[in-house]
Amino acid sequence: MKLRSLTLAETRKKILEKSISQADVYNDIFASIAESNTELNVYLTTVDKKSALEKASAQISNELAGLPIAVKDNFCTRDMETTASSTVLKGFKPQFESTVTKKLQENGGVIIGKVNLDAWAHGSSTETSQYGRSLNPRNLEHLPGGSSGGSAAAVASDMCLAALGTETAGSIRQPAAWCGVVGLKPTYGRCSRYGVASMASSTDSPGPLAKTVEDAALVLNTIAGPDKYDATTSPKPAPDFTKTIGKSINDMKIGYIYHDLKGLETTAALFEPQLKVFEKLGAHVEKVDALDPNYSVGSYTVFQRGEVSSNLARYDGIRYGKDRSHFGEEAKRRIMLGTFTLSKGLAEKYYSLAQKVRTLYIQDYEKLFKEYDVLVSLSSPGFAKKIGATEGESMFGELEDMLLEPSSISGLPGISVPCYRDPKTNLYLGLNIVAPQWREDLVIQVGHAFERETKWNSWLNINESND
Amino acid sequence: MTKKNTPFTSAQMQHVAQLANLELTDTQAKKLATAFTETMEVVNRLQQLDISSVEPTHQVTGLTNRWREDEVDKSQEFTQEEALHNAAHTHNGYFVVPRIVNQDS
Repeated sequence: MKLRSLTLAETRKKILEKSISQADVYNDIFASIAESNTELNVYLTTVDKKSALEKASAQISNELAGLPIAVKDNFCTRDMETTASSTVLKGFKPQFESTVTKKLQENGGVIIGKVNLDAWAHGSSTETSQYGRSLNPRNLEHLPGGSSGGSAAAVASDMCLAALGTETAGSIRQPAAWCGVVGLKPTYGRCSRYGVASMASSTDSPGPLAKTVEDAALVLNTIAGPDKYDATTSPKPAPDFTKTIGKSINDMKIGYIYHDLKGLETTAALFEPQLKVFEKLGAHVEKVDALDPNYSVGSYTVFQRGEVSSNLARYDGIRYGKDRSHFGEEAKRRIMLGTFTLSKGLAEKYYSLAQKVRTLYIQDYEKLFKEYDVLVSLSSPGFAKKIGATEGESMFGELEDMLLEPSSISGLPGISVPCYRDPKTNLYLGLNIVAPQWREDLVIQVGHAFERETKWNSWLNINESND
Repeated sequence: MTKKNTPFTSAQMQHVAQLANLELTDTQAKKLATAFTETMEVVNRLQQLDISSVEPTHQVTGLTNRWREDEVDKSQEFTQEEALHNAAHTHNGYFVVPRIVNQDS
């Protein structure tokens, strides 16, 4: 077995036991990049292996043991080009480091490169990237999802041991589902947004994409917590997120949210049998009614575009970057819709309405969490879409993220864990688990229990996934 | 059912683009008008919900008035060279900005 196919936790253990060296790991991961990156178009920038290994060696005694991590290209990394996958920022080398990447590196993670995303994180496919789309490593005719599509693809293709992404509506969990990896979206305010190219400031949430739930928890441990440079981070100290790994879910109450949406009946028929695992483990699963997610699409569209129009107003090409003529079609569309809905006389009609609808979702979750410990659903209505699927679809991202948007706009934590693999296409479905605010421990506990009891994780069940 | 709204026009798109400091070609404006019409149909469905007794949520953390000492943080300072190094045009240690008044002269 190649070293690249070990999980982060396994690699860390072997390094600490000295049964493998950091150099062995870096040689194999960089070989994987050399083999696959040209075809998959995942890394926009990579660092030199020798300098990465030098950093790794200095970090061996820290939590992530100097292991190689890929970072979505919307995190500012000091002196390393940061483009947000837009040509507006081509050549931009930040003079400072984002809090999350700073913490990652202080805790033993080594950034080996910056990976593709939908430009400005606007989209769910990577097709809006101005540096070309990435491909889904599980099936090259399909998209990886997005916006953290490069992060998900880097993990799925063993071109890193874990990756950082950001989620605003579904941008961690949806690509994780499409690429058959784990994506953990923390509670809004758990991880700092300082130094992340702002998209919708009221929902942007950095978080990990990884091979396993345990790996995601290990990475989250290194990046979570209050930050004096982001006043929206919670002053609560972050707990040890690995504490609930392996903890029983006996007697837990799990609500299964199902909506009668177009196209969902086919995937739901594949998904529902998977929920029996929870009953086998002693939990109780019940179908529950939740507020129709269609309204979250409308609500999110209004306030997200509004925040985008404000956040992208700063790109004037004077202090850094290029002028506004370099914005791609999707960014222009979003800036303009936000400008329109926030304009005089319309802000009350649209923006305020959208924020009131947001309250309805929060109230709906409060009601459901009185009865259930966690809520589950599919992460995305279907499997990864084919290349070119976004053409002419002005609401593509919103529709693909529909099952995740209610929890994102409510600021809740969620995780996507592989829960089905189609043997014909090699494409995956994701199980979305959502918990109350600040309860990442619960999504990790339930996600881990599911992962260990099923055969869908391709790293933990190497023989199964190669059938 | 929500009644169909009047479709957006290219002229409206050009007006919004001007407000957002963006430039659009005629083809782009036309395409955007269609996208606006589709998107606002989805948005207008929100009117079906009863929100009469609901307060808006602008942020979800519940945190308010997070003060800190107003003091200089040396670690966040840039040298002049650092501040300028990403700028496309500089002159004698300054950023060069495009002229915005009397552009014709």
